[in-house]
Amino acid sequence: MKNFINLGSKDTRSGFGEALLELGKQNPNVVALCADLTGSMKMDAFAKEFPDRFIQVGIAEANMIGIAAGLTIGGKIPYTGTFANFSTGRVYDQIRQSVAYSNKNVKICASHAGLTLGEDGATHQMLEDLGMMKMLPNMTVINPCDFSQTKAATIAIANHNGPVYLRFGRPKWPNFIPADQPFLIGKALMLSEGTDVSIFATGHMVWNALQACKILEEQGISAEIINIHTIKPLDGGAVLASVAKTGCVVSTEEHMRNGGLGDSIAQLLAMKHPAPMEMVAVNDHFGESGKPEDLLKKFGLDVPDIVAAALKVLKRK
Amino acid sequence: MISIEDLEKQATQVRRDIVRMVNGASSGHPGGPLGSADFLVALYFKIMKPDPAKFTMDGVGEDLFFLSNGHLSAGWYSVLARYGYFDIHELATFRKLGARLQGHPATAEGLPGIRMSSGSLGQGLSVAIGAAMAKKMNNDEHLVYCLMGDGELQEGQNWEALMFAAGHKVDNLIAVIDFNGVQIDGPNEKVMPMGDLEAKFEAFGWKALPMFGNDMNEVVNTLKKAQWYTGQGQPVIILMTTHMGYGVDFMMDNHEWHGVFPNDEQTKKALEQLNETIGDY
Repeated sequence: MKNFINLGSKDTRSGFGEALLELGKQNPNVVALCADLTGSMKMDAFAKEFPDRFIQVGIAEANMIGIAAGLTIGGKIPYTGTFANFSTGRVYDQIRQSVAYSNKNVKICASHAGLTLGEDGATHQMLEDLGMMKMLPNMTVINPCDFSQTKAATIAIANHNGPVYLRFGRPKWPNFIPADQPFLIGKALMLSEGTDVSIFATGHMVWNALQACKILEEQGISAEIINIHTIKPLDGGAVLASVAKTGCVVSTEEHMRNGGLGDSIAQLLAMKHPAPMEMVAVNDHFGESGKPEDLLKKFGLDVPDIVAAALKVLKRK
Repeated sequence: MISIEDLEKQATQVRRDIVRMVNGASSGHPGGPLGSADFLVALYFKIMKPDPAKFTMDGVGEDLFFLSNGHLSAGWYSVLARYGYFDIHELATFRKLGARLQGHPATAEGLPGIRMSSGSLGQGLSVAIGAAMAKKMNNDEHLVYCLMGDGELQEGQNWEALMFAAGHKVDNLIAVIDFNGVQIDGPNEKVMPMGDLEAKFEAFGWKALPMFGNDMNEVVNTLKKAQWYTGQGQPVIILMTTHMGYGVDFMMDNHEWHGVFPNDEQTKKALEQLNETIGDY
């Protein structure tokens, strides 16, 4: 398999923050809004450099989404920033009507998604956001895997005209995607080619999938690792091409099994190319407080869980 | 310059359109748009005077209007058509399959004059604030108007928006509350008493102006006064008292006509009270 090296762990939210600052310099229409989490969202550099284009809305997410939608009328490209929970569940109807149905060019940027938020616990560990967002017509849904990809995605969505949900996280996490890797919305990224099993991974779980790939290789199993950073539109062609070759599938994501990436892939395969599939995701359960790595273990999202899923699905071929 | 008398004629014709549209669709909300017809006519024909031929989504270089209480769609559509955004005959398609005139205003169908979907209440003021801030960023000195219902103020998002607009000195914005005192389940006072709204708006830092919304002269004068108050560091809000169902005696001030369509006999009776001043669609 292709070897990926951790170039130094960094939080994906810092990729967002750095990109936002760059965007501010590149594009005078980029405007940022934040609901009292500027430091956590790493938006402080943008706020300092471009005070006239930074809007502090206070703890009022519904108003933030509405203001962002209004700013597009006038040609602005608003980036809203708050945690994934407050970016989606709290404001679903505002996003549905004022952003998605109205097809406004709003970029909803969400940090602290998933279990790896850690100690704050289930109230903040959003595990349903990909599902909620992908169900909305007009919405593009992106979940990058590391610092560099988050940075590239943040910049890429400015050139996409339409609503986008961009999801990233809190912890320092291995950074392994080359900084110059182009980010193509809706295009799956082949990380390591294989022939026995297709592993489709998104977000933080991509690194875990690569680690699982190494272990499987030691056992003589050739796993194909594909990074699905764009949940919607799903790169169906890449999924089907890989499954045609391997004949079985594992999906992995830091999200609820219901409504997540695996759910999208299963829907595609059921209609176009039925194949055995296992899903490594949270199974209909709220999270809890703890260290990110301990939580991933407890909820079945660790490297050995992916290995076990691959071995299980291989037997079902 | 259009006279008060001509504005009143337009408003009467708009009221005829509303009754006929809601009857034609066998669904919709007649009460609210009948009450606010004078305001909408004055705003388009006398105050904003936008150029329908130059409609763009961005609306740079012109005043903008947002309808937050989207169930007043019949009235807004009629005013847009009468003002020249689209052919008045399209009003007959209201709420019908494949129509651009959706039950609640939508951008998805490409109807000129509409920049934001509305219907789920409480979102319009936030949108209007965003549009007003974009105008400031673009050095565009035009104003943004937003009409909201009174019952709609029970949605918490409005109070987030009211706090924000004053705090951020969004002073190129005029919000208008259609204060008819009635919502679907009954009088506001019974459903959810809202207290002294004018005092609340003032306490939130807005310049509040009272207005009786079914007197064309007063509507025009108050809107001009509101314009004068813009650009002074404070957002402006008009507490517009209206009679729901104004112009049709059996609908007036009766909450049962909030979201019920008149049958053919009721429509005939209603139209007898509203002269065909401009010409029906």
